[in-house]
Amino acid sequence: MHCGMCLPTCPTYAETKNEKNSPRGRISLMRAIADGELDVSRAFADEMYYCLGCLACETACPAGVDYTGLFEASRAEIEAAEVLASPGRSFWRRVTLDFLFLHPRLFHFAARLLRFYQRTGLRKCVRGSGLLMLAPKRLRALEPLAPEISRRFSQQLIAPVERPRSGKPRFCVAMLTGCVQDVAFARLNRDTVEVLLANGCEVMTPRLQPCCGSLHAHNGELDQARVLARRNIDLYHLDSLDAIISNAGGCGSHLRKYGHLLKDDPDYAQKAKQWDDKLRDIHEWLAEIGFRKPSQDSAVPETNSVTYHESCHLCHGQKISREPRMILESLPGVDFVELPESNWCCGSAGIYNITQPEQSAKLQERKIRHIRGTRASAVAMANPGCHIQIEHGLAETGIVVTSPVSLLAEAYRRECRGDG
Amino acid sequence: MQADILQELEQALAPDRILTQKEDLLPYSFDGTAAMKSMPGCVVFPESAGEISACLKIAGARKIPVVTRGSGTGLSGGSVPVEDCIVLCLVRMDQIEEVDPRNLTLLAQTGVITKAIDDAAAEHGLFYPPDPGSMKISTIGGNVAENSGGLRGLKYGVTRDYVMGMEVVLADGEIAWFGNKCVKDVAGYSMRDLFIGSEGTLGIITKVLLKLLPRPQARRTMLATYDSMEDAARTVSAIIAAQIIPCSLEFLDQVTIRCVEDYAKIGLPTEVAALLLMETDGHPHVVAEEALQMAEIAGEHGAVDVHTARDEAEATRLASARRTAFSALARVKPTTILEDVTVPRDKLTEMVHFINEVAGRYSLHIGTFGHMGDGNLHPTFLTDERDRDEMEKVEKALDEIVARTIEVGGTITGEHGVGLAKKKYLAHQFSDPSLALLKKLKQTLDPANILNPGKIFD
Repeated sequence: MHCGMCLPTCPTYAETKNEKNSPRGRISLMRAIADGELDVSRAFADEMYYCLGCLACETACPAGVDYTGLFEASRAEIEAAEVLASPGRSFWRRVTLDFLFLHPRLFHFAARLLRFYQRTGLRKCVRGSGLLMLAPKRLRALEPLAPEISRRFSQQLIAPVERPRSGKPRFCVAMLTGCVQDVAFARLNRDTVEVLLANGCEVMTPRLQPCCGSLHAHNGELDQARVLARRNIDLYHLDSLDAIISNAGGCGSHLRKYGHLLKDDPDYAQKAKQWDDKLRDIHEWLAEIGFRKPSQDSAVPETNSVTYHESCHLCHGQKISREPRMILESLPGVDFVELPESNWCCGSAGIYNITQPEQSAKLQERKIRHIRGTRASAVAMANPGCHIQIEHGLAETGIVVTSPVSLLAEAYRRECRGDG
Repeated sequence: MQADILQELEQALAPDRILTQKEDLLPYSFDGTAAMKSMPGCVVFPESAGEISACLKIAGARKIPVVTRGSGTGLSGGSVPVEDCIVLCLVRMDQIEEVDPRNLTLLAQTGVITKAIDDAAAEHGLFYPPDPGSMKISTIGGNVAENSGGLRGLKYGVTRDYVMGMEVVLADGEIAWFGNKCVKDVAGYSMRDLFIGSEGTLGIITKVLLKLLPRPQARRTMLATYDSMEDAARTVSAIIAAQIIPCSLEFLDQVTIRCVEDYAKIGLPTEVAALLLMETDGHPHVVAEEALQMAEIAGEHGAVDVHTARDEAEATRLASARRTAFSALARVKPTTILEDVTVPRDKLTEMVHFINEVAGRYSLHIGTFGHMGDGNLHPTFLTDERDRDEMEKVEKALDEIVARTIEVGGTITGEHGVGLAKKKYLAHQFSDPSLALLKKLKQTLDPANILNPGKIFD
């Protein structure tokens, strides 16, 4: 099937109107490789890294083509064929994929260093002195995009086991803290736990959780992704959990496909399937258990009109679109405004803003234009990558960047305090 | 493709608007049609009629075939390249140049997306009715070249009924204009009618002047379900016989319903044998009255249930879901061979019955849907192009279906065009001197045979 229904939803095709830059075009190249008509070439590799992996094509595809699987397999083949290999690229891939995102302690240490750099005046000093010009190109590009690291990480804010303040817990859930989310958005993780507690969930949050492996899977390192999946599964006694909660769109999309990732692993195939069955995005879970609507007197004045940006991997990857809106609409004193093209990629796309800065910037600008057009005072989203990308784009506009869960948590807090 | 030709093309356009690398060309080696593929020599992206003219002059001098393409969603192989040809991809000519609410017309460049035309019309309270299944991505130039139909054909007709004028680049590179904004115009031959549906074989359509209608004030969408497909067909015949012309009367069989529901998840009943999507639009009073009558007729002809869409949003969801039918059928098998036979409406029940009988006889899996009110059926064979034996059976079944279609006074294609897919059947429908005249026209307008050669006929 190559009907072309995916074309109008593809951000890169919209930019170039060149078939090669569309899902249908990319799949035709994959097929040519599979049929032996084409080698895994440099041009093919460049194309597969030009793809955002936003999966809008999957939502659009009536035929149900599994683009995620094709996309990940293609990138893995590209890495195996080493057509893009260069010393610099290999170095950065090793640093990030083999070290930082494979070892949580190392990751925390790096985050601490980054915070030290951001908070001690070192950053001002480096930026002012032009020292940055001496840094490698990639590091230079990365520096302004790096998220502000939190003072305290998730494990300082969340106890390994937390129970609702009153009453017997209705559910027992595990809370996945993520990597970037853990060190840059620890507050959102805390908010997630609070919302879960307020809705009768006992929350288990193991310390030093491994990365979910989505970064590895999307960048052609499927074996490492499998290692991380097994480590994650091993952290829990799955039978005792009602749900495993993810609050980051990008991670969740990958996390709920462990079954597929480990299907050929005799020791883990069954467990991975059970894992998938219990994996829930936080918004999905709240809707499923019928979350409590905050009372009328808990309105937050700074966010009286809110719009919603859909993380690609939440809406296209996980097909969760209605639930975050339900949460926003439940907030007292909040006027919910629809965002035009709400499910069009913002250009963050994992590390796309570093690998393809030009295309990423165009998408960021398009997104910002729409957000400003709504005249909302806040924009909510549920993915750390989008959060960083959109926050950068909205700098100095005064528009608040937040998440549905944080807004809900704040409304609950205001109820307790009795203000609002 | 020879280097000197590419050099000439680069001079005529710009180097960045010509693709020659294998990775760039492969994605242009097919269109929306199953199991048809051929590599072009290059792909060019002209941005004006002048540039197209220059390309045609270069091609004409060397007798290089030129295949025109929009978004590549055609379903008869019309824009599948001829080996080593120049593909003229017109998607970058995508401006709506004028909406004229006083004359109810719209002037668009050839690469404008069909849906964008109706959206632009809607801003003025106007309406562009033709709505092919691929309207979200198909180009208007492609629609005119294929004379596309759609879901609203029953009441509003097809693309041809909305083309008032066009700019065409002829095979020798001359740029011609036919038509105007006048409702009546009988000066000379109606040349625009010749180019509508000519599938890129007579000239390259670069601009179209379209007729718009006032946007209907109201519409009502209903879903009738049946235990047998024949009952659905009988309902359609009865509605037409009662002299009601609804906007659409679309049907889906069970296989198609299940695939569509699997994709769209809008709660279609998956246990029924057939489903009829009925829509009426126009003045609110008329709409209410017609809807009531249609529901009654459906009930009298075996409908198990008739559901009325609660609101505009549900109506749109239903119509959108119907538009995905063809693509959704690929959920069953990788290759979907789509038919487009059309019969006079009084032969509908007979034809539906015959198609099922043939599929059963060859043990083939089919899903059928289509524009029942138009007599336009899309029986779709669900198969795998790698399975030679089954593909052979599909061929035989198709031959039988086409033969019967012609026998009952139907046509081999209602709205997809002949292209490559239906070429072998054209001679069954046209006998001399009609077929000879078609070929004579082609020879006259394109003596060097460079425009989409080998399509429609050899």
